[in-house]
Amino acid sequence: MASTLFSKLWDIHEICNLGGSVSLIQIDRILLHERTGGVALMALEEAGRKVRDPSRVFVTMDHVVDTLPGRTDKTIMPTGTDFIVATRDAARRAGARLFDIGNARQGIVHVMSPENGIVLPGVTLVCPDSHTCTQGAFGALAWGIGSSEAEHALATNTLRVARPKQMRITVNGRLPEGVTAKDLALHVIARLGSGGAQGHVIEYAGEAIAALTMEERMTLCNMATELAAFTAVIAPDAKTLAWMDGRPYAPAGADWDKAVADWEALATDPDATFDLEHEFDAADVSPMVSWGTAPQQSVTLNGHVPADDEDRGSLAPSNPEADGRARDYMDLRAGDPLSGLPVDAAFIGSCTNARLSDLRAAAALLKGRKVAEGVKAICVPGSGQVKAAAEAEGLHHTFLDAGFEWREPGCSMCFFAGGESFGERERVISTTNRNFENRQGPKTRTHIASPATVAASAVTGRITDPRELEA
Amino acid sequence: MEPLTIVTSTAVPLIRDNIDTDIIIPSREMRTVGKKGLGDGLFANWRYTDAATRTPDPGFVLNKPESQGAQILLGGRNFGSGSSREHAVWALAEYGFRVVIAESFSPIFHGNCIRNGLLPVVLDPAPLARPGLEITVDLPAQKVRAEGRNWSFEIDGEHKTILVNGLDPIGMTLELNDRIVAHERADRHARAWAWSVLQAES
Ligand code: SF4
Repeated sequence: MASTLFSKLWDIHEICNLGGSVSLIQIDRILLHERTGGVALMALEEAGRKVRDPSRVFVTMDHVVDTLPGRTDKTIMPTGTDFIVATRDAARRAGARLFDIGNARQGIVHVMSPENGIVLPGVTLVCPDSHTCTQGAFGALAWGIGSSEAEHALATNTLRVARPKQMRITVNGRLPEGVTAKDLALHVIARLGSGGAQGHVIEYAGEAIAALTMEERMTLCNMATELAAFTAVIAPDAKTLAWMDGRPYAPAGADWDKAVADWEALATDPDATFDLEHEFDAADVSPMVSWGTAPQQSVTLNGHVPADDEDRGSLAPSNPEADGRARDYMDLRAGDPLSGLPVDAAFIGSCTNARLSDLRAAAALLKGRKVAEGVKAICVPGSGQVKAAAEAEGLHHTFLDAGFEWREPGCSMCFFAGGESFGERERVISTTNRNFENRQGPKTRTHIASPATVAASAVTGRITDPRELEA
Repeated sequence: MEPLTIVTSTAVPLIRDNIDTDIIIPSREMRTVGKKGLGDGLFANWRYTDAATRTPDPGFVLNKPESQGAQILLGGRNFGSGSSREHAVWALAEYGFRVVIAESFSPIFHGNCIRNGLLPVVLDPAPLARPGLEITVDLPAQKVRAEGRNWSFEIDGEHKTILVNGLDPIGMTLELNDRIVAHERADRHARAWAWSVLQAES
């Protein structure tokens, strides 16, 4: 019978059905970070249980560690040190692999895992972090869970999972020049809405997806959680294999050949069917920016804040109550253009857009230019490896010369942990994935966009289409 | 986990779409590594005019007299979206909530509820949204009752069993150990590549 990529992944890992839609699923890789992973390891210990197979458990420090140069276990976030120390100690006691502060391969969990070949096509991977969907870009079934579920996975190498429904999002054609995977992600979310993939696993397919690099595919899959999806997957292809070849935890030798044969068999069969299908035309996508407090509240860079009674075309319908609240929070009025809006800060970082290609795209615009007077500009590479690779190319000079801070890897101000933040009512243009109220600090106003848009806006001090700057 | 069967209480209406876990428990309220001490931080950005001094905002629904002691929360669509932090569920449970009724839930939040004895009821809460209205949620019968009317709701059989009996899913799964071991043995053979890389120290 014709089968989808997701169904194949599910079948390989299904141990047994537990009644109804719930099955017991084998989990191949477990990732933890100090914010929600440490508590899982400790709760397991308290319950007198053991980690069943420490060799499949990988722990990184990313969420509350400082990203200022010369950092230690001390954090600006009050009690942050407790999280770091508790997680480190618990990881050591459990015998898990630890990517600690100072380790050259430390980084944001969804950046360092693919770099090290921890995620592989065809595996199941879980992490108590909602952006684990990022790693579906490699043809793995990778999804975010809570801490209790992480305890379950650690204790049993399995999870009890309700089988999601399946949705395919086909993107035809090619993205126009100067339009990025981030813009595509926001384009899709603005149309399907924040709950648009509720209960579904998304397969991204089509010519435009095949044309994306692996880093771009990660950016796209990263934001599947912003559609309330179970996760997203993309079938492995030659680019996926090229990425994996030689990674520290990727198979080698005869194992590699067998793995490749297995991975190539994962693609969705031509006659397979989905519960829901959406099609998009890549040619319709333009640089995007969010105006509100949910990623769905995004428009093109030459667009404006929509009015409640406005015809929104293909965009998700308005919710006057939510839109009104968002306008108040963002201090914007219906009809206000996004382009030209003054910003107080620019942030380049996060598991969405802090890989080498993202830093290159930003640096290309920053070269020979300066950040506008009064704009606080920060670049936080996604991992130690990204940082080292960027420095080998001299990108850090470009950022520093332009007036950006150049930080140590971590989540940093992607979210407010209680430590560092952008100030109240500060307007930030950011490469992150969430523009929620208070996400980057109490009362901070976040606009999410691509690295090129953030760099261009940092230079002009106003939200700016990067294509204008290049011209 | 405490079994959950029938809950009768007033309900707190907070029917807004996309209430995310940052709103339910702001990250800065997650001060300790454990699961406790989170009830005070529940909805901190909305509940207090000044979160630092814990000055309540009398306008926020949770602070209204008729909301005191309520065990049922009414939410909007895509409730619990955003971060996977289970602290959102721990905070709701510690505060005293046992049931959330909403049209839809974020998948991770939904899973976290089941693991912590908090019942997520997928149902349009609009007819129930009246201050002070007493509601009965009957999980065994899969019914919500109020003022002589009743509404049915769906729940996965496995989730119902876990909640009604207050079961520990890890314990349940460990009873299936033979099945897990058999599957692993076959998989180790079929997909040796997925296993061997873990044995080598990189
Ligand atoms: S970078 Fe941001 S979104 Fe990504 S894992 Fe860290 S906190 Fe979460």
